[in-house]
Amino acid sequence: MTAAEWLRHNAGEIADLTAWHLWLSILPLLIGLLVALPLGRLAHRSRRLYPMLVALAGLVYTVPSLALFILLPKLLSTRILDPVNVVIALSVYTTALLVRVVADGLAAVPADVIQSAHAMGYRSHQRLIRIELPIAVPVIAAGLRVAAVSNVSIVSMAALLGVPQLGSLFTQGFQLHFFTPIVTGVVLSLVIALVLDGLILLAGHSLTPWQPRRSAR
Amino acid sequence: MIRFDNVTKAYPDGTVAVDRLSLEAPTGKITVLVGPSGCGKTTSMRMVNRLIEPTSGTITLGGQPVSGTDATELRRKIGYVIQHAGLFPHKNVADNVMALPRLLGLGRREARTRALELLERVGLGPQFADRYPWQLSGGQQQRVGVARALAADPPYLLMDEPFSAVDPVVRAQLQEEFLRLQREIGKTIVLVTHDIDEALKLGDQVAVLREGGRLAQAAAPAELLARPADAFVAGFVGRDRGYRALGFAGTGDGVIPAAEPAVVLGATRAEAEAAALDGWILVTAPGGEPVGWAALDRLDGDRVTEQDLNLSATTARTDGTLRELLDAALSSPSGRGVLVDAEGHLAGTVSPTAVARAIEEAASATAPAGATAGSVEPAAGSAAEAPAGSHL
Amino acid sequence: MSTSITGWLTDPVNWSGPDGIPAQTLAHLELSGMALAIALVIGVPVGLLIGHTGRGAFLVGGLANALRALPTLGVLMIAVLLITPHIASDLAFTIPSLIVLVLLAVPPILTNTYAGVFAVDAAAVDAARGMGWRGRDILLRVQLPCALPLILSGIRAAALQIIATATVAAYVSLGGLGRFLIDGLAQSDYAQMAGGAILVAALALAVELLLLGLARLLVSPGLTRRVSRRTSPPAVPASATATAQ
Repeated sequence: MTAAEWLRHNAGEIADLTAWHLWLSILPLLIGLLVALPLGRLAHRSRRLYPMLVALAGLVYTVPSLALFILLPKLLSTRILDPVNVVIALSVYTTALLVRVVADGLAAVPADVIQSAHAMGYRSHQRLIRIELPIAVPVIAAGLRVAAVSNVSIVSMAALLGVPQLGSLFTQGFQLHFFTPIVTGVVLSLVIALVLDGLILLAGHSLTPWQPRRSAR
Repeated sequence: MIRFDNVTKAYPDGTVAVDRLSLEAPTGKITVLVGPSGCGKTTSMRMVNRLIEPTSGTITLGGQPVSGTDATELRRKIGYVIQHAGLFPHKNVADNVMALPRLLGLGRREARTRALELLERVGLGPQFADRYPWQLSGGQQQRVGVARALAADPPYLLMDEPFSAVDPVVRAQLQEEFLRLQREIGKTIVLVTHDIDEALKLGDQVAVLREGGRLAQAAAPAELLARPADAFVAGFVGRDRGYRALGFAGTGDGVIPAAEPAVVLGATRAEAEAAALDGWILVTAPGGEPVGWAALDRLDGDRVTEQDLNLSATTARTDGTLRELLDAALSSPSGRGVLVDAEGHLAGTVSPTAVARAIEEAASATAPAGATAGSVEPAAGSAAEAPAGSHL
Repeated sequence: MSTSITGWLTDPVNWSGPDGIPAQTLAHLELSGMALAIALVIGVPVGLLIGHTGRGAFLVGGLANALRALPTLGVLMIAVLLITPHIASDLAFTIPSLIVLVLLAVPPILTNTYAGVFAVDAAAVDAARGMGWRGRDILLRVQLPCALPLILSGIRAAALQIIATATVAAYVSLGGLGRFLIDGLAQSDYAQMAGGAILVAALALAVELLLLGLARLLVSPGLTRRVSRRTSPPAVPASATATAQ
């Protein structure tokens, strides 16, 4: 079978796998961000919690993804094939990465800006929502880009357990000694990573029209 | 009125930042807290809007103790300006100025109109409204900071080293404009600075604090210069205080300007020679404003041109302080200080001897009892430092 | 079939023989150590050079980002399919894995080395130059020690990346702790899988802690003082060394 034939035959399945891959990458990103925001704020506010949370996040990040995929079913009483394991594992990684990012982003808000807001009579939550978080957007967005790209790459590991996404093309191709599925999977995975990265970059820019524009990184 | 009553701030480690401070900042006046670093001046100020809570003593605002009100509500009634302006980097200038009123529910359109008014007040045109802080110079940021502090029209204003982060030229300019603005708005202001010259220039009342947070002396600038309470104040006020005191020692009202012949820029050499006294001729613009002196023996052609002008002299207004008058007389190459009227037109000249006589008269006329805290005389003349009026 | 994870982990049978836990741990460490050594030999000098001369920096940044996006599993399989048929010995599976591991480990080491050297206080370098130090002395005595914290964190990221990916290498018929995960899956033996997963996680944690301890020993105390968070730069952008696991 030639590459073109294979692609034609499997177009539908490839589209399905791509959709799954997207879903499994993006959902944990959102969950991770939602969890990391309050945790990061907590870490930022407490001198004692910050090193603890950062160290914990570092240790969590140390656990290889494949190991986490396998251990989660035991902890959650889910089946090993359940995509929920992947979503939760990646949410945990994303949170671990972003807790520190959010804390550092908030810490990078200039002290005199905070003092001004304080003295002007902003209440604590008003200051967080209207002043600190908007100013921390560039740092958080940079962290989110790293998390997004990593997620897209990690998701494919779940193929070893049989959870369907683009990684499934790798195992298929490997068993058949056939390059086309593997290359297709790698390319699509790269494209997804690139697109997500670009989208977050754009979103970050549109949320921060106030930033001096330097060349994009 | 802002009133400190026996206010102390001590920290758990035993450091005393402010020690039994009693002081009144009178309504509509500028009270400057000045002193070396570590004297507790900023701490004192920050206790007014409860960014810091005093250990003991009370601070009242218009008779109401600040500790009795909700801190946030209190702060919304007190404008606050800090050294680096602390503008919100993610909001444009107009939104920065109106951040608080918008937070309290003011409509977008109204806020915009009001922002433009306030910006104009602090000398920024409408073209600045949509810029972001990073696009502004330090001086412009500071103006926006002042506009923002005034946005909710608070009766009180706290200013923490507001002009310290800009270069001397811009600082002098901001100080002048600030005094002009205060004449319009008449807020009750407490301003903190480490710069005694700034304190003397801006303050209706100057409170000198020493290390350990103790008040050394609170008085009007002239009083501080003329009668420092102790060696610390005398040392802190520094050299030249006799000369600087002239900035507050009354006006040159008693000095009668001598008539001074002058020629208009572009006059012929013959006209200049006919009019000149002692080899120097004063040159004015067509409207009558003095522009400089010309030495007859150095005239460089048939007509008096800008190249011929000596620009070393300062001018003094006829109602200016004795310090301005003396400076005008001393800086003039002809030895005759140029006086101008309120419109800037030539009013005559004055010799150093005439100014010296006026200084003697003023000294003998001054009553020995001076201003003390709480009964502040209006400062005479707004411009104590850089001689007001233009350089010739 | 073992019944429980602890049962599997404590069964003496699993702790002996050429396929036992000690042997597989050793195999895992061998492969990882080899990959890390090669990555260090490549990454550190090149990073130092780029950081010292300032040339080629743009290339490094772009390359590192692109490599982070690469799905490890796919790349590993492509490497095996491409290379294995050309090698007859028992290195047939080791070499492709090694190549992929090195490929993944070089970027964090290189970018962190480069960023670390680049971020060294310009005044310190200027002072050294003013005192008449030569370029090589400046690099080795000023820039390298100052950049050490970042370099070591790059090495840590690389090591974790390698250990995680070496687990996957078992799928392409290689030893190491990944063996238990893959075999357990094939035999539907969850206890074996989970036991292997715990061992892999434990190994990764041990290496992380070891390298953290090493960093504490090696880095000058003049650099490690904990600056207040408000003044320290945000962590992510330049030095982000997330392991794409």
